[in-house]
Amino acid sequence: MIRVTGLTKDYGARRAIENLSFEARQGEVVGFLGPNGAGKTTTMRILTGYMPPTYGAAEIAGFDVVEESLEVRQRVGYLPETVPLYPEMTVFDYLKFMADLRHLPNAEDMVDDALEMVHMIDRADGYIANLSKGMRQRIGLAQALLHRPEVLILDEPTIGLDPAQVVDVRNIIREVGKERTVLLSTHILTEAQQLCDRVLIINKGHIVAEDTPENLQARLMGAERSLLRVKGEADDLVPVLSKINGIQEVTIRPDGSLEFQYASGLDVRPEVAKTVINSGYELFELSPIHLSLEEIFLELTRDEVSGKKGARHA
Amino acid sequence: MRNIWTIARREYRHYFISPIAYIVALLILLVMGIYFLLVLYQSSLMAFYGGATPPETSDLLGLMPFMLLFAGPALTMRLLADEHRTGTLELLLTAPIRDAELIIGKWLGAFLFVLTIIAITLIFPIILHFWLVDPGIDQVLMLSTYLGIILVSGVFLAIGTAISAIFKNQFAALFATLVALFFMWYLIGWPAYVMPSGGEIFRFLGLSDHYFNGFASGSVDVSDIIYYVSLIIFNLFVGTTAIEMRRWQ
Ligand SMILES: Nc1ncnc2c1ncn2[C@@H]1O[C@H](COP(=O)(O)OP(=O)(O)OP(=O)(O)O)[C@@H](O)[C@H]1O
Ligand SMILES: [Mg+2]
Repeated sequence: MIRVTGLTKDYGARRAIENLSFEARQGEVVGFLGPNGAGKTTTMRILTGYMPPTYGAAEIAGFDVVEESLEVRQRVGYLPETVPLYPEMTVFDYLKFMADLRHLPNAEDMVDDALEMVHMIDRADGYIANLSKGMRQRIGLAQALLHRPEVLILDEPTIGLDPAQVVDVRNIIREVGKERTVLLSTHILTEAQQLCDRVLIINKGHIVAEDTPENLQARLMGAERSLLRVKGEADDLVPVLSKINGIQEVTIRPDGSLEFQYASGLDVRPEVAKTVINSGYELFELSPIHLSLEEIFLELTRDEVSGKKGARHA
Repeated sequence: MRNIWTIARREYRHYFISPIAYIVALLILLVMGIYFLLVLYQSSLMAFYGGATPPETSDLLGLMPFMLLFAGPALTMRLLADEHRTGTLELLLTAPIRDAELIIGKWLGAFLFVLTIIAITLIFPIILHFWLVDPGIDQVLMLSTYLGIILVSGVFLAIGTAISAIFKNQFAALFATLVALFFMWYLIGWPAYVMPSGGEIFRFLGLSDHYFNGFASGSVDVSDIIYYVSLIIFNLFVGTTAIEMRRWQ
């Protein structure tokens, strides 16, 4: 459904993406995960026919994005990062305008359907200028869903939404992704894990990893870390904890709390809690430390470069 | 065709909620109204002293090209520049429409709005014809002057649309369009008046000569029509190219 081969884009002298290749099949939700400036938007803009690549080719539903751009654009629904809306129009007029540009038969019904999908039907006659950011985001999504496209390309679809709306939008995407191809970009690791069948991690214009969320997780979680906070000085706990079977490393953080690393699959936390109590300390907090996106990138790029997982330090 | 119409219709409607468009329309009609009274006053003075010719459509529309010189850029400045600034251009450039359809639609929307204003100004020659001048005004001159004004505004708006496609800032587009129009209307024909010979080509290139010596004098020449129409097409082509080049940056 989406096939990208050797895609490269230069903005003047700056290379935004280099030699990207990947595929997305029908019924698959593929996540594009990467930090700012990784090249996610650039790739999506090429796929949607907004601009041609410098080198390489991309195909959507069998059509070349440069040579058969109009065919591609008919089949793609696109939510750009900027959520392009006309504030002076009503929600309905805006979507009707887009439906007319796509020559949809019974356009008004399809506009209503799209508004139902994003739960905005009650604001159909309101002006876009009067909508909240989250509502605008959903109108942008309705615009992308309007013509029931075979391929959906969503650039950071949940950014700026409150938690309830994030859940809502994710449900919509998951629903749509059952039959169609979805490519979405995000900075949020958990989002990629929850939504995507496959995740492409992109950094500085290169794909640094491509796998299912579960496999990526496993690859990343060779070891797990937890945070421990007790009342008072905790220095004396370090040698005690180090003796627990499975614990690999214990460090004191600048704020006085402790951080320990243990092999994944061997959860030592109950043992740690017991030890702390038995040693006469009062336990305040014992919580997992999630890898931040940045750490994952560090981890992955290190993987790519040297092929080994280095130990982390607090 | 259908896409052109969809774009044009949205643009046309937009003018009816745009303060600038209202100001432009009101100013044109106000100035034309005052000018109408002045023309009447002058011709009645002349009639008093005897031997005057009755006012004609070309007198009434005397200020129209000058007003369009400002109105055109004010109406076209935001057409594409603003879509670029707000990011909605990305929506249009990823919709299944051709770049040429976008540009033509934008121009057509502005053109239809100006045609609406021009249609309202018909009230002045109609008043002259039915109530003030006996046995009525020169209808051929009226039609040819209006045809000239319509073509001139088409050219002005096409130049403005093309320039709006080049700029991201609508005020930069406004300024550049004003400069371009003043150049094309006044300056380019100027060498024809100072050069001893061979300056005729400049007079031909300028926009104003075709209007004043052609349409506004009651003579409709096919070459004048072709000249204006090809300028419209050329500028819409320039605008389309500007959009395409922006894609490639
Ligand atoms: N129009 C442009 N002109 C010049 N450089 C650009 C342009 N757009 C993007 N870039 C550059 O290309 C690189 C990739 O940008 P891109 O917008 O694709 O990143 P992204 O992954 O979408 O980032 P973000 O998460 O911040 O949205 C960046 O270095 C950026 O500075
Ligand atoms: Mg981006």
